[in-house]
Amino acid sequence: MLDDFMTRATLAGVGVAFAAAPLGCFVVWRRMAYFGDATAHAAILGVALSLAFEVSIFPGVLAVALAMALSVTLLAGRGYAMDTLLGVLAHSALAFGLVAVSFLSGVRIDLMAYLFGDILAVSRIDLLIIWGGAVLVIGLISWRWSALLTSTLNEELAYASGLNPNREQLILTLSLAITVAVAIKVVGVLLIAALLIIPAAAARGLARTPEDMTVIAAAIGATSALVGLRGAYVFDTPAGPSIVCFAAIIFAAFNLVGRRSKNRA
Amino acid sequence: MPGLFGQDRRMSLIAVQNLAVTYGGRRVLNDVSLTLDPGEIVTIVGPNGSGKTSLFRAIIGATDAAKGNISLQPGLKIGYVPQRLHIDPTLPITVERFMRLTERVSRARCAEALVSAGVPDLLKRQMAQLSGGQFQRVLLARALINRPDVLLLDEATQGLDQPGSAAFYQQIETVCRKTGCAVLMISHELHVVMSASDRVICLNGHICCEGTPAVVASAPEYRALFGIGTGGALALYRHHHDHDHDHSHSHEAAE
Repeated sequence: MLDDFMTRATLAGVGVAFAAAPLGCFVVWRRMAYFGDATAHAAILGVALSLAFEVSIFPGVLAVALAMALSVTLLAGRGYAMDTLLGVLAHSALAFGLVAVSFLSGVRIDLMAYLFGDILAVSRIDLLIIWGGAVLVIGLISWRWSALLTSTLNEELAYASGLNPNREQLILTLSLAITVAVAIKVVGVLLIAALLIIPAAAARGLARTPEDMTVIAAAIGATSALVGLRGAYVFDTPAGPSIVCFAAIIFAAFNLVGRRSKNRA
Repeated sequence: MPGLFGQDRRMSLIAVQNLAVTYGGRRVLNDVSLTLDPGEIVTIVGPNGSGKTSLFRAIIGATDAAKGNISLQPGLKIGYVPQRLHIDPTLPITVERFMRLTERVSRARCAEALVSAGVPDLLKRQMAQLSGGQFQRVLLARALINRPDVLLLDEATQGLDQPGSAAFYQQIETVCRKTGCAVLMISHELHVVMSASDRVICLNGHICCEGTPAVVASAPEYRALFGIGTGGALALYRHHHDHDHDHSHSHEAAE
């Protein structure tokens, strides 16, 4: 079954969608969209370093994404406006990454594969890493679910309940780095944030509780992966962007329907 | 009145000793000592920037003390009602889910807690759809749901009109007198909360004065901070509880 590249691609897409759903909800609730972007963009530097030191892409990307996320968290307390800081870091990380890649002589790298993903080239090992990462992220977030939710709602409420919001933030940061590392093959560094945010945003109107929203976001993400891949196959379009396009169409459709029914009421 | 002077330390739920809190080199609290004993209702009043919220943050462990120490009774259960709880519009959450945020409690318990906070029938509503008064009462119900030993309220009636906040504080007094839960609250509306308080602490970076509501309301330190702006409402209070105060000292300084 896993011999078919379409099957592997589909499984990879669904795996990433599952990991991205709960994390994406927190990214939306905590207004961390740009934070996700910065972490994802730093991944290209991770790719360059991994290739330079001839190690597997996954640990290299994970390390750089984690370093990026942690330095953003640390710098945020130093008085810069968060969006300025993230704008500086996200784009400089991307630029440094692209420059670093150009230094690599000998290996010819298909840069497009890292910028926009190369889901059709997912191997069995990649699949194992993607699902391993997804299970890890889902496990981490479900383990800390209540604590994360409380810290997201109100910092003082969390402290009064004996929680440490900074530690919970660290859990999200770690999950984000893992997700970026496993998603790079599927949608590439430029579209990872889209995969986090769009399904969660589309699920908002249909959900009554945070748990609902997570499950609906996972369903939307997985559907987008299935339909997007199919579309990419039929219309011969790039796979990663096609998945994101379909998610965006779902978002638009749910919003139009939501608005119309609200007007009627 | 138990522990009026805070000397019986082994009984105290919360004991703060010589606390100092600093933000970026600026000292917001200096040499603050206070205790809260079981069943007591204590109100902290003070102008904006007087360090009231910093004191609360230090008590719950959200801010480190630069000096002094804070001891909580081991295993102390705190029910916290924040000053303002902003729920991002992207986060859907029903009242019932919110009530169970940190405690595993049955639906019946949630419903019961809402009734005792004076807002029955809200279980299925979205938090975002509640009015200001309903929202604060749901916060109160959530804080009370696990029978805390102490309730901390940080200006819990912001955004309520005066009758609304008077009713809110009355509810707190009723519930806490019944359950024996101690209360430490911040308020800028001394005139509204004073009849429910056992003790009032007037804070302005340090403790200016403390004592029974009537003592604080007539203390020159309190008058100097708050002026006679609250005079009308104070008169309202005095009408019920007080007798004669001689206003021979000047009020002009704070105007």
